[in-house]
Amino acid sequence: MNKAVENIRPYDVDSIRQDFPVLHQQVHGKPLVYLDNAATSQKPKAVIDSLVHYYQNDNANIHRGVHTLSERATLSYENSRKKVQCFLNAASEKEIVFTRGATEAINLIANAYAQTLKANDEVLITAMEHHSNIVPWQMLCEKTGAILKVAPINDQGELILDQFEALISKKTKFAAISHMSNALGTINPIKQLIDLLHQHDIPVLIDGAQAIPHIAVDVQALGCDFYVFSGHKLYAPTGIGALYGKLELLEKMAPYQGGGDMISVVTFDKTVYSKVPYKFEAGTPNIAGTIGLGAALDYVNSIGLDAIAAHEDSLLAYATEQAKRIDKLRIIGTAKQKGAILSFVLDGIHPHDIGTMMDHQGIAVRAGHHCAMPVMDFFAVPATARASFAMYNTHQEVDVLMAGIENLIEMFG
Amino acid sequence: MLDDLRDLYQEVIFDHNRNPRNFRKMEDADRQIDGFNPLCGDRLTLFIKLDDGKIVDASFQGQGCAISTASASLMTDIIKGQSEQEAQQLFALFHKMATGEQVDMDDLGKLAVLAGVCEYPARVKCATLPWHTLDALLKGVEEPVTTE
Ligand SMILES: Cc1ncc(COP(=O)(O)O)c(C=O)c1O
Repeated sequence: MNKAVENIRPYDVDSIRQDFPVLHQQVHGKPLVYLDNAATSQKPKAVIDSLVHYYQNDNANIHRGVHTLSERATLSYENSRKKVQCFLNAASEKEIVFTRGATEAINLIANAYAQTLKANDEVLITAMEHHSNIVPWQMLCEKTGAILKVAPINDQGELILDQFEALISKKTKFAAISHMSNALGTINPIKQLIDLLHQHDIPVLIDGAQAIPHIAVDVQALGCDFYVFSGHKLYAPTGIGALYGKLELLEKMAPYQGGGDMISVVTFDKTVYSKVPYKFEAGTPNIAGTIGLGAALDYVNSIGLDAIAAHEDSLLAYATEQAKRIDKLRIIGTAKQKGAILSFVLDGIHPHDIGTMMDHQGIAVRAGHHCAMPVMDFFAVPATARASFAMYNTHQEVDVLMAGIENLIEMFG
Repeated sequence: MLDDLRDLYQEVIFDHNRNPRNFRKMEDADRQIDGFNPLCGDRLTLFIKLDDGKIVDASFQGQGCAISTASASLMTDIIKGQSEQEAQQLFALFHKMATGEQVDMDDLGKLAVLAGVCEYPARVKCATLPWHTLDALLKGVEEPVTTE
């Protein structure tokens, strides 16, 4: 469909909601309002059906059998790789490695780089990273004697660019940066950061776990060396995600795990590894999940990521405006460039109490540190409550959220 | 609309949350220890003063939800004057109540206001964190306690 036609089709959130069976239920006697999408998104029927179809018709191991079922399973699995390639606009499908999710993809790279770093080399991250983009680098530093450098953020939750730049030196050997923060919603200017790092020949990994359902990603235009994401935040099943890596880098890297599927010849003297991406996919993978990821990408494409993003931006703008009317409410994370995440605290009311009281009204929000304890420390809060929006949320649900907050403030007295 | 939450959030709990008892640092404590719930970020420091096996003073500081604050407030009140052994027995009883086992509520006194948590599995640890912290402190543990 060309752009002009797409633009005149109105965004039909009601019909989108019909595609998500889980949304149509009551929780504690109230209609479910699911606002924990940054933790994981719900799955459309098309994705659920793809899993059932695979298990009912095509279930077999891949890349092994010459029989029909195995060929079908292999074809569907490899088709999903092509779909991910298109979704990220990677140059080749060989650049797409399936992993369990963003976390495993980051660990894969951290392990591969363990062999190239030396004592006193530096790895640069930012102060807004998810634990999964902190801990693997800490482990790498422990192993190699390299040093972890953390670029600071300001009170709005934005990266301080000149301080980021000041941390770059000859010692910097790798950088890992989130595209969008799960705790604050901040969207980082990654193109600018990648260009800057590349001027110093520093390879960079972008953690796209939060960005992927909201922002169209073009890895060739960005020029990043690695981009990782999890399927489950993009309407796909849990346990499947992907690593994009530039071909020449993937080819140079040593394998991550050993086993079946990642070899071409094994003798007891020597093993020859498969080519990329198979070199990094040891063992029987999550075949059904990979097929489900392909179905999720088809579904997202059928609605259009730009249309989804516009809808979510409008939800966030509305929610932010409504939240400002509540005196006791303070928004944590007020970056100019922000994705559909509203993290907040209420004066005198702990987020854990907010979580329970919201749940009682059928509203699912996250309360906690969001796997970003350093961010909580920076804002001097123990935790926040977080409402995060997806393609199927409505403005009316924002009203329910705000009324829910008012109710619990009243109860607390 | 939130009335059915009253079994968990009784007025007493709000009261202790707004005005926690014994909420202070104890400069001359005999023992102190940190307790931490990594799941939600709640942390508290518990202080006690002992005399001849008796808890003569107890206080706490920290940041937590209404349930854990009220629990710490009630606990520090009730254990004052108890022997270490009595406090540990009370912990065992409280733990049973919070996890939904049958107990005689009369034995729990004021602590019974927290009985509602057993219906909220995600919140049980909020109520028990101060008690686990006390238990570790009485056992002479020095490292911070976590609920995980
Ligand atoms: C920014 C960010 N990075 C990484 C992750 C880790 O994703 P997963 O647990 O799916 O591997 C998350 C998930 O919450 C995230 O929000």
